[in-house]
Amino acid sequence: MSFVEAQNIWVRYGDAPILERVSIAVERGSFCTIVGASGCGKSTFLRLLLGQERPQRGRVLMEGAVIPAEPTPDRGIVFQRYSVFPHLTAMQNLTLPAAFEQSPFLGRLFGKARREAEEAADAMLAKIGLSHARDRYPAQLSGGMQQRLAIAQALLKRPKILLMDEPFGALDPGIRLDMQTLLLNIWRETGMTIFMVTHDISEAFRLGTRLIVFDKVRHDPQHPTAFGATITYDLKLKDGTALDSFRAAEFLAEQTINQDGAVHV
Amino acid sequence: MSVGPISQIGADEPASLPLSPLPRSREPAAAPAYAPAAASGRMRLINQHPGRGEKILLGALLFVALIIAYSIGSYLRLSANPDDKLLPSLAQMSRAMYEFAFVPDVRSGDYLLWSDTAASLGRLFSGIAISAMIAVGLGVPAGFIPRARATLAPFVAAISLIPPITILPVLFIIFGLGETSKIVLIVIGTAPVMVRYMAQMVTEIPQEQIIKAATLGASTWQMILRVVFPQIMPKLITCIRLSLAPAWIFLISAEAIASTGGLGYRIFLVRRYLAMDVILPYVAWITLIAFALDRLLYLYSKRRYAWAHIEGGAL
Repeated sequence: MSFVEAQNIWVRYGDAPILERVSIAVERGSFCTIVGASGCGKSTFLRLLLGQERPQRGRVLMEGAVIPAEPTPDRGIVFQRYSVFPHLTAMQNLTLPAAFEQSPFLGRLFGKARREAEEAADAMLAKIGLSHARDRYPAQLSGGMQQRLAIAQALLKRPKILLMDEPFGALDPGIRLDMQTLLLNIWRETGMTIFMVTHDISEAFRLGTRLIVFDKVRHDPQHPTAFGATITYDLKLKDGTALDSFRAAEFLAEQTINQDGAVHV
Repeated sequence: MSVGPISQIGADEPASLPLSPLPRSREPAAAPAYAPAAASGRMRLINQHPGRGEKILLGALLFVALIIAYSIGSYLRLSANPDDKLLPSLAQMSRAMYEFAFVPDVRSGDYLLWSDTAASLGRLFSGIAISAMIAVGLGVPAGFIPRARATLAPFVAAISLIPPITILPVLFIIFGLGETSKIVLIVIGTAPVMVRYMAQMVTEIPQEQIIKAATLGASTWQMILRVVFPQIMPKLITCIRLSLAPAWIFLISAEAIASTGGLGYRIFLVRRYLAMDVILPYVAWITLIAFALDRLLYLYSKRRYAWAHIEGGAL
């Protein structure tokens, strides 16, 4: 039995089909990178995994059970923006999950519980290299620091799956490399299953153990929104580094051939 | 060297263009364009910024002009007719205010300016405080919980369209002519709009944050406490600042119609005697209080909710 399984998913927004016939099975501990043209349902797929949306047809299973229809702590999320809370300092952002867990009515920690949560948060801050920014608000942090904080925050609940929607899309290339290294280390350490949507094809190859491409297979030139997208490529990369070079080359060739306006990966 | 083409371009420039007093050189580093001090006189108006002192001067300009214009008008009228009541002199107004502020009233023994101010501010603060509580109490559920929104939105939208002054007779009938009806008028006048504003502010919290809180294990109540409330508090202060203007209108109206004290009551009372020497300073005093309240709220927000006032990514 696969860890995460999507079975014949169909999603449409009003008249516009977004996803059709999407089926995939992912093993525990995979690092799936998801690429595809804008508006072809990558983020929709991520929202299905998150439980923020439901498919009109088909189902999404985790460990054999249909995933809950709302976000829960077993699936963490990192967005491109707005992932951390702007009104809380770095430290407060990281003690928040503990407060949610231990203080159902006040949502705040006091005394010993608070000290313990702060110690754990301090350890996490040190791990992601943000100890010096402990008491700063997110607006006072750079984009890279904010995303490190967001990832750290998502990890605190030890989710089984980490979902990332273009987490490094707004970062400078140099910072982006650092973040990729950090993420790979975290992934190796925790053995989490990661789904990451990205626009950066080289990032997708570098990080992923599996590269999933969403694209439309059917096209109606008179009605571009007539058909939804599905998974057109599902490449197994080894260990995220030594990629299956033949299939990758084939894939890249395909992308260059299709420069007729239909595919922009 | 790449100097050649650049200096050639420089040589082709029309003689009137360069602003720099430096002699032409063949070095590209001496190209004129960026000499801010020398160039400021020629810059576009939109790029010329006043310095600190100039800013204060410019800000005071229209106030001074108004006082001067008034003084001239007052002088002209009073020299034609010393009993003129329409434009009292600054001295007459100061005298009247001195009496209101520092001489106890013959009948009641109160210092009228202060007792009026206390009465009016008491009503204003009560009204605004109640409105703010309603705004948070209804606005947050209306903006955050779909079922609460479906229940509240149409009702609040309808209520907010009732012209509050038309309710005033109803309030007088129900609550009598005392304090309650004046405070309720302020609440009815300001609360519905504040509820809608706060609900709007809640819906503008990025959905990402709510989802993130859910993945961190928060219940709806915890989200309200730790994510929604803290983020809308600075908005609530903005909302209160915006609502103060209508609140004053309703306060003065209610006081004008039925009251035994208060700034609005006084203005409408002395109107019978054409006492412009009292009315004008009272209006200025109300304006000053309103301005001070607005600034205080702003400064409080800046101090208490510093995170909401950080602009850009200043480190």
